[in-house]
Amino acid sequence: MPVAALSDPHMSDAARHPDRVEKLIAIVFVFALVMFGLAGAAYWQNWNAWTFGGALGAGMFAIGFGLTAWGKYLMPQGPFVEDRHALEGTKEERDSLAAALVERSTVVVKRRKMLGYLFAGGAAVFALVAAFPLIRSLGPLPKNEFETTDWRAGTVLVDSNGRPIRKDTLVPGGIMTVYPRNQLRVQDGQVYFTDDGLATDQTVLIRLPGGAFTTMPGRENWTPDGYVAYSKLCTHLGCPVGLYETELEMLVCPCHQSMFNVRNGAVPQFGPAPRPLPQLALGYNDQGYLIATAPYDQPVGPGFFERTT
Amino acid sequence: MSDTATKTKRSVRESMGPFGPVGKIVDELDERFGVAKGGRIFLDKIFPDHWSFMLGEIALYSFVVLLATGVFLTLFFVPSTNQIIYHGSYAPLRGQRVSEAYASTVNISFSVRGGMLIRQMHHWAADIFTGSIIVHMARIFFTGAFRKPRELNWTIGILMLILAIFEGFIGYSLPDDLISGTGLRIGYSIAESIPFIGSYMVSFLWGGTFPGNIIIPRFFIIHVLIIPLVLLGLISVHLILLVRQKHTQFAGEGRTEHNVVGSPMFPTFMAKTTGFLFMVAAASALLGAFAQINPIWQFGSYDPSKISYAVQPDWYMGWLDGALRIMPSWEFAGVGHTVPLEVFLPAVVFPGLIFTICFIWPAFERRFTGDNELHNLLDRPRDRPKRTAAGAAMLALLFTLFAASSTDVMANFFHVSLNATLWFFRIAVIVVPIIAGLVTYQLCREMQGVHGIGKRKRSVIVRRSAAGEYSTVPAAPRADDERTELDPEPVPARIDIEPLGNGGDREPQSSPTGVRQVTR
Repeated sequence: MPVAALSDPHMSDAARHPDRVEKLIAIVFVFALVMFGLAGAAYWQNWNAWTFGGALGAGMFAIGFGLTAWGKYLMPQGPFVEDRHALEGTKEERDSLAAALVERSTVVVKRRKMLGYLFAGGAAVFALVAAFPLIRSLGPLPKNEFETTDWRAGTVLVDSNGRPIRKDTLVPGGIMTVYPRNQLRVQDGQVYFTDDGLATDQTVLIRLPGGAFTTMPGRENWTPDGYVAYSKLCTHLGCPVGLYETELEMLVCPCHQSMFNVRNGAVPQFGPAPRPLPQLALGYNDQGYLIATAPYDQPVGPGFFERTT
Repeated sequence: MSDTATKTKRSVRESMGPFGPVGKIVDELDERFGVAKGGRIFLDKIFPDHWSFMLGEIALYSFVVLLATGVFLTLFFVPSTNQIIYHGSYAPLRGQRVSEAYASTVNISFSVRGGMLIRQMHHWAADIFTGSIIVHMARIFFTGAFRKPRELNWTIGILMLILAIFEGFIGYSLPDDLISGTGLRIGYSIAESIPFIGSYMVSFLWGGTFPGNIIIPRFFIIHVLIIPLVLLGLISVHLILLVRQKHTQFAGEGRTEHNVVGSPMFPTFMAKTTGFLFMVAAASALLGAFAQINPIWQFGSYDPSKISYAVQPDWYMGWLDGALRIMPSWEFAGVGHTVPLEVFLPAVVFPGLIFTICFIWPAFERRFTGDNELHNLLDRPRDRPKRTAAGAAMLALLFTLFAASSTDVMANFFHVSLNATLWFFRIAVIVVPIIAGLVTYQLCREMQGVHGIGKRKRSVIVRRSAAGEYSTVPAAPRADDERTELDPEPVPARIDIEPLGNGGDREPQSSPTGVRQVTR
């Protein structure tokens, strides 16, 4: 077979003029050197990330480009061939392996059945005992944290700054997120809430125009002065139901667009949420602060297997 | 002493034999470890050339970038949800209550020299990693490279894709910012939706209820140790199997089921692939330098009672988010239990089904076709219309679901109702894959029938005669039209690294015996 001639029309210009390719690669490698120098200087002098990263990237790209061109145009391409030998052995070799496996284990196991059973039993118990702490020690069994919140009859509603809510705190149409005051903590003069308070107890408080109303039968007197409170945890996947359409009186979950009509008991109007948001019964205490008059009557948030209602 | 002093450099060189110090080292190594025979075979290993064989390399090299940048990040990241008051260099956050994980990530971005670049490179490389695995997998599927004897490597590849998705999601969650925290909340609820074991799973993993303070430290160790270790092991097996079973190749001149035709490991492939490693790293660095990704300082530290508009996960989780959005609200409640089917079906059962289909496809196809042969030559996708149609339908399904994860943004952008967008996607998710499958099948069938498919078409000259009559005349064939390929040859002991001539059209010089002149 004749070798490819330089006059071969298939050859690219680059392959036909290797000296030009060599020069180009040399220039590219020098460029890479300069870029790496620049990246070093940028790091040393703490210039911005664009200079540092740009120079580093340009240098690495140049090195990569040069190496690839070197391999592509100045190194043997072949085509070379390599035989692909069958990986499988002969039938005899396979039979010999199978025979050794079968016959030796017959010797080991069949004549010592008792030992085999004892070993298997021991190994199984070991696996079970070893796996148990690995899994069980990770966390507590799910208890009624899934079912309950920190809202009790008489719990005072507070806003994110820890201030209680009075009759005039919200104008009709207003909305805020509230937490149970028993989850309020103060550290170094800064107010914060416990994880449970933020994650589980978060409740959205809305004041609808038109005064007290009834969202559903059996929930009379839950909305003094038009204040209505729902769990802020979406019943779909537990995102905070953070958007409110004032005109439509709808709470919207930004995650998957479930919509809840707040005047009718937050029954889902749209989207994948399966259940209404649980409603918190509201009232006032002696100081005129808005309180929960009862705990939530059902678990808040998304569904889970043990949920009974 | 005088004896050694008289030893000239020349005599030392001569005493080493014709290959100098390298020969000496090879001798010493071979005496101890027996490297000579296997080493030579390794250097001669042939890599077939095709652009699509590069996709797996992108995945491998982005993993290298991930390891390197990831190690840097672990030196500064604090895996803790302890709440502290931020006093760092980013002014808008000063005085705010943030978690240590969040504060340390902001610190990496603004106070650690080079930290911003490395952090963004890490995130971009993660996206490149997952993306290239998916495209690589599609290549393997459409060309039938998963067939016997490579079923195990197909399975390992899917395992690595699943791990990459989990690894990406977990890494995304580590900074404990508002958006990733919301994603984590959704992940918690999805796990919680599994019947019988869901509540136990989340309670064990989170050490109680959401969010707790143990999930970030646990995710950290999973992200930096456990999954990377498993990935490293799987990558090793993937590559060992690849070397042992050798590469697949497309049919062509001199290529059979029983050989491999291409360029040798050393030096050609080694130069090209090392160059490619640098280019993948360069792509990550340039993206990290110029394309902002995940600016967590704008989102704020995670507060479970806060949320932002247009909540979307990283792109490789988009198909699951889309499935969650278009699923009707079918919660099962009865016999004292609740099964949130509106979550469990799209987010647990559906991905399980998709990956099961991927896992069993080689066995399914073998059963379907009764083909139990070993295959080393790749299929052209058009030659296997049913498989190609199935793959196209699957991709269409996943892309439609991905698009469905932005229903709210689309409704705003196109000024249509959210309801219309939702129903559009509910219908599209069934119709689009069917259409894509049928169209692909038909295209493949018709392409098979086209004469000279894949070859360059002869150009045609349109002539107008003096009388105004038009006629067409085929042009003379161009040199490339009928490309003749060289017969492949075994790799000789010496191959000319220097190309022939030094420019111009010099004739090839005569070659010494056993030396192949390589100019193409």
